Amino acid sequence: MATDTRVILICSGKGGVGKTTLTANLGISLARQGLTTAVLDADFGLRNLDLLLGLENRIVYTAQEVLEEECRLDQALVKHKQESNLSLLPAGNPRMLDWLKPDDMKRIVDMLKEQFNYVLIDCPAGVEDGFKNAMAASQEAIVVTNPEVSAVRDADRVIGLLNTNSIKPVQLVLNRVRPKMMANQEMLSIEDVTDILALPLLGLVLEDEQVIVSTNRGEPLTLNSVNSPAAKCYLNIAKRLQGENIPLIDPLEESSGFGAKFRRLMQTKIF
Amino acid sequence: MTMTLRDIINKLLRRQPASASTARERLQLVLAHDRSDLSTELLDQMRKEILEVVAKYVEIDVDEGAVSLETEDRMTALVANLPIKRTMTGQIQLKEPTNQSEEETESTDQKS
Repeated sequence: MATDTRVILICSGKGGVGKTTLTANLGISLARQGLTTAVLDADFGLRNLDLLLGLENRIVYTAQEVLEEECRLDQALVKHKQESNLSLLPAGNPRMLDWLKPDDMKRIVDMLKEQFNYVLIDCPAGVEDGFKNAMAASQEAIVVTNPEVSAVRDADRVIGLLNTNSIKPVQLVLNRVRPKMMANQEMLSIEDVTDILALPLLGLVLEDEQVIVSTNRGEPLTLNSVNSPAAKCYLNIAKRLQGENIPLIDPLEESSGFGAKFRRLMQTKIF
Repeated sequence: MTMTLRDIINKLLRRQPASASTARERLQLVLAHDRSDLSTELLDQMRKEILEVVAKYVEIDVDEGAVSLETEDRMTALVANLPIKRTMTGQIQLKEPTNQSEEETESTDQKS
């Protein structure tokens, strides 16, 4: 039985910025470090976490049956094939949204806390009931955003709500970073985003085509391809969550050669 | 505001600035409004009323004046920049309108 379980909400406000991919990869990375981890799909309307983990065909019961006491928690939990420390609690039917209350989410998370070191909650997009239910059951949060105006604006809304609900710590993951565009100052810099949102940066994830390949297969990147840039970033984030002091990747260092040197020169702050 | 070497070169060549700085400025403006939860109409009304109150005491340059919201570190500030033409209290009147003198009203509002 785990006593000091960490319950982390993974949210963003805007959809499509990478919440579910981060949840899946963090889940795998933490499990590989020997930590028992449950990932809870709180996106009852549009569930996808099962698909990214490749567990969609192994779902028998969901959070819905657990809440309705039609099955036990361990009957609904789907253990990952390769990483036995990782279990998924699938989202129920979208009709659950009609009756689900913050207290229901708390009940589910309380049950998970008895067995796991980490509970990661994959939050739905938006700031409505789905988000509020998921937030009610969480202690801390990771806000995922992209270096784009709409994603940063929506993240700001979410951070405001997390602050008023005393969720802490709230940390930032900057996803889909394109070093070349940042170097050319055609993309908000890491400093821009952390300054505007005033959050500590837990990590950044480089844009990586391998992410799409891995979702096609239902095998999160962190499961095997350690050489992919994004996989390294996810692993680093998991280690930092565990308190390890891993330095951030400098996206400008990622592009090398004369072009990169020139771009760095052009980014020199004059005043 | 910070400027980089690229920004300066772009300015000299009269090219459009790199889009990241535009994004940053637009975001800062829109977030100041989002965080304060004030609608444009309310802000306009407040601006009008502030000017009316200030105009009771000093003659201000209405065209040059600006009342805006600024945000930094999740702190939103209402910043009024109102050039004073001359004061109205007592008998003392400034002989020359001094557009340089500014009155800055600042009220901070911690939004969470």
